Amino acid sequence: MSRRAFDPLWLVLGSITGTYLLFWLGLLGAAAVHSSPSDLWHALQAREVRYAIGLSLVTCTLTALLSLLLAVPVGYLLARGRFPGRAWLDAALDIPIVLPPMVVGLCLLIFFQTTIGHLIERVVPFTYTVAGVVLAQFVIGAAFAVRTMRGTFEHLSERPENVALTLGCTRTRAIWLVTLPAARRGMFAAASIAWARSLGEFGPILVFAGATRMKTEVLPTSVWLELSVGNLEAAIAVSLLMVALATVVLASVRLLGERP
Amino acid sequence: MIRLDHIAWKAGAFGLENISFAVPTGCYGVLMGPTGGGKTSLLELICGLRRPTAGAVWLGEREVTHLAPGERGLGYVPQDGALFPTMTVRENLGFALRVSRQPADKIARRVAELAKPLGIAALLDRRPTGLSGGERQRVALGRALAARPQVLLLDEPLSALDDDTREPLADLLHRVQRESAVTVLHVTHHLSEAARLADVLFRLEAGRVTESKVTPASEPRGVAPRSRSKPTSPPFYPAAPGAWPVSALNRRPIGSGSL
Repeated sequence: MSRRAFDPLWLVLGSITGTYLLFWLGLLGAAAVHSSPSDLWHALQAREVRYAIGLSLVTCTLTALLSLLLAVPVGYLLARGRFPGRAWLDAALDIPIVLPPMVVGLCLLIFFQTTIGHLIERVVPFTYTVAGVVLAQFVIGAAFAVRTMRGTFEHLSERPENVALTLGCTRTRAIWLVTLPAARRGMFAAASIAWARSLGEFGPILVFAGATRMKTEVLPTSVWLELSVGNLEAAIAVSLLMVALATVVLASVRLLGERP
Repeated sequence: MIRLDHIAWKAGAFGLENISFAVPTGCYGVLMGPTGGGKTSLLELICGLRRPTAGAVWLGEREVTHLAPGERGLGYVPQDGALFPTMTVRENLGFALRVSRQPADKIARRVAELAKPLGIAALLDRRPTGLSGGERQRVALGRALAARPQVLLLDEPLSALDDDTREPLADLLHRVQRESAVTVLHVTHHLSEAARLADVLFRLEAGRVTESKVTPASEPRGVAPRSRSKPTSPPFYPAAPGAWPVSALNRRPIGSGSL
């Protein structure tokens, strides 16, 4: 059996990848060793930080569920629908992904100053409230979830659903009984990505929901507030907690969401 | 009977024009034609998965052109079987009955009734992942037959199989059609498959369908005349010795029992 000749290109590519990875690990490592574990633990015991942890977990989970509720039908429409203007719709749904986050927050703030916005706020107040935190996270998180669900439905064969139609299902029932169960890993991935994206959301929350301690303070807000008063230990502790949460979500998506 | 009257359909630059043909009730029709010629589209038009721009589709005495796929009373087996990946073989087989809200004991009886002759009784609690190509097609066939359709549409059911699997499955299709008297339209681009199974043969070429009668002279050597009555010979084997190739006679048949 002849051995394949070694191509130096692989060495170059490996070096680039390794350098990039080392740079990232270096950043995280520097943050991790800056303070002692006891200082970090102490910082996480602060009442404000514990409130921010709780609010982040609740709002991110709500956002992930709401994003999934939107992403499943929209992703299905984009993947399976054939209609004029589909490419434009597809591009329009990416707008929250490419817009600067601060601009998203500003757009939300201005929208809720309009007549329609005031009418909505009579039912559910959003500006500078916890509901506003969820909405700001949702605007961006949902766009990522839609992308994921669209990809999921595009990769699923349409044939089983068509067979279900011939066996007596309506389209809705075929989707419910055949397509959605087959898409469950994609749904998990979409919700996880929306959750993780929401966890790190800062700009739109700051502009639209504010940074009021013990009210609309989520983890990124805590980092910013602690840094602004010079409490580096607390900022690092919260940052490392966010890194740990993001790593758990990423690992879960890899292990469960992408398994065939 | 499956009858298409002056069917037209268009998708982008590709289209079918003025397609008319009929498969008589209880016959095994085979539609041949080059790859990409529109054979699958024609099946999907009959299923109701595509809507014709003109013409009519008749199944038996009913015009079904504007009916939903599930109201047409047909069974459909796509090329790759398209089994429901999250369901067991048992759930796949019972799907049509579950959708029509049949009682669980009736579903269980029908599943058992199908599984034995199709040779998939041992697979009932498995999921489609890991089944062989032949097993998948037998499950797909059982799923399509579960609600006892009058019409069975088969889209290249044998083309993805190797020779060892294709031959017994062709035998099985022949037997299923003979025993259930279902009207079959089977799409293929294999002449040998068509010659072996067809009562009536159609060719789709350049957007037109022509019919070729299958005469004894055009049948493969020694194939027994097709009969609508129950076979008097043992299951899976032809009436007359030597009617099938010797290799088929030596092959172990799939399952036993009736559908």
